Amino acid sequence: MSPTGKRIVGICTFLLALGAFAGLDTRPISAAEKSTVTASGVTLHSVSTKFPDPGRLFPGGSSADAINNNCLACHSTGMVFTQPKMSRAEWQAEVNKMRNTYKAPVADADVPAIVDYLANLTVGK
Amino acid sequence: MTSFDRDRAPSRRHFLTQASLIGGMVVTYPAWAASVVDLGLPGGPSQRALTGAFPQKGPMILQRSRSPLLETPFETFDRGVFTPNDRFFVRWHWADIPEAVDVTSFKVAVRGHVNTALSLSMADVLKMPRVDLAAVNQCSGNSRGYFQPRVAGGQWGNGAMGNARWTGVRLRDVLDRAGIKSGAVAVRFNGLDQPTVDNGPDFIKSLDIEHARDGEVMLAFEMNGEQLPLLNGFPLRLIVPGWYATYWVKMLNDIEVLDAPDQNFWMATAYRIPETPHASVTPGQTGFKTVPINRMVPRSFFTNVADKATVKSGATLPLRGIAFGGDCGVSTVEVSADQGKSWKKATLGRDAGAYSFRQWSTQLTEPRSGKLTLQVRCTNAKGEVQPGEPNWNGAGFMRNVIEQVELTIA
Repeated sequence: MSPTGKRIVGICTFLLALGAFAGLDTRPISAAEKSTVTASGVTLHSVSTKFPDPGRLFPGGSSADAINNNCLACHSTGMVFTQPKMSRAEWQAEVNKMRNTYKAPVADADVPAIVDYLANLTVGK
Repeated sequence: MTSFDRDRAPSRRHFLTQASLIGGMVVTYPAWAASVVDLGLPGGPSQRALTGAFPQKGPMILQRSRSPLLETPFETFDRGVFTPNDRFFVRWHWADIPEAVDVTSFKVAVRGHVNTALSLSMADVLKMPRVDLAAVNQCSGNSRGYFQPRVAGGQWGNGAMGNARWTGVRLRDVLDRAGIKSGAVAVRFNGLDQPTVDNGPDFIKSLDIEHARDGEVMLAFEMNGEQLPLLNGFPLRLIVPGWYATYWVKMLNDIEVLDAPDQNFWMATAYRIPETPHASVTPGQTGFKTVPINRMVPRSFFTNVADKATVKSGATLPLRGIAFGGDCGVSTVEVSADQGKSWKKATLGRDAGAYSFRQWSTQLTEPRSGKLTLQVRCTNAKGEVQPGEPNWNGAGFMRNVIEQVELTIA
């Protein structure tokens, strides 16, 4: 493209951009306008949703402070309460795995209270 | 202190609903739990909330809400050979999962030991040669809750599995489009989900290059004729027919061809099985070699009668269920009413393919009133039959013992 042609394209692009900002459409995108991809007989629709998480805490008051302050950052309480009865050593191993393998940033000082809480769990029905 | 996203920690709201007293400790079920199911796990806890709160999902057995572990209610498997998308089980490791995916900007990278790195749009993928395959997706730890002695981990009943008709493209065609350089030994797969802590091991899995190029491993954009639910990996996931679900990476956006074996945590340390018959060892056993978990093994289930159920007596007792061969088709399904002394061959339903569930049916004539113990076993096309004794390993993987139901005929 000639230098003149390039300048014309540049000016047009600039004006288009100006115009877009000047007449900004602020309506929320409706579901119908939401982005889709169609090719070879298949249409895929973009998805936007929310995962539920009621933010349950480990019960037990202050004895649950360490576990609530550290563990809920990554996962909810559910799987802890479905575990079979485990020994203190087995729960210690789980906490070690969270820190060493999954890099949970648990301070050394918090570990005993967390293991105490887990070791004292009574297995439910 | 290592940084992590404190914004992810929930606010200190406190929900106290449907509280139940368990050994002096109050345990709450979420307000949105519709009811409770009992998985019959030896020693418990066996009760789980049934939840309808997850997007694109009907009632599911709640194992964990964040990151989601949702089990399929077992009666679903009596409805037909394909598992409806809104009842298909869900299992994620890390909780940083996108709640929104824009399918127009989603791209799959193909990179590493290739001639030409690619960035494929979903339109690109849709335009490639298309394949359909029915295949069972089963969690490595499906049925872990029945292990004895019990082991730590997701305490599933038998519902961490499902069967779908997957539609998509061959991984081989995608790899050949990039051109695999000589010296490639493996292909590694990554999805949109991320760790919730710095330096946490991102969930990535790999397959040997020959396996990746076998023409059956595929990238799926539809299951059962619809786009994938977000929780099952929208817009694209890996399908590894006959292999456990850990390889079936969801929200697949990165395919990396490797010129050295994959040593990442999720291959080298996690998801490994003893290299022993039935991946079985004795509790406390050490010093055995391990390999990455791989092929599935045959299983079969009753779906029209549940364990501990009371059934009305009649001229006949109809029995039906599902079976799968693991990494090949079903050859026979048999039922025993005398603790395995004799077996009666069941009639098999339509063959939807080697990797699919297969329905089976039979009947007992004039069952006597009282207690009746029934067993069902599958022999696959390679002649492998389910064992009469359960396997055991510390991870709770690969359970496939002959299933048994105890009925009362009244």
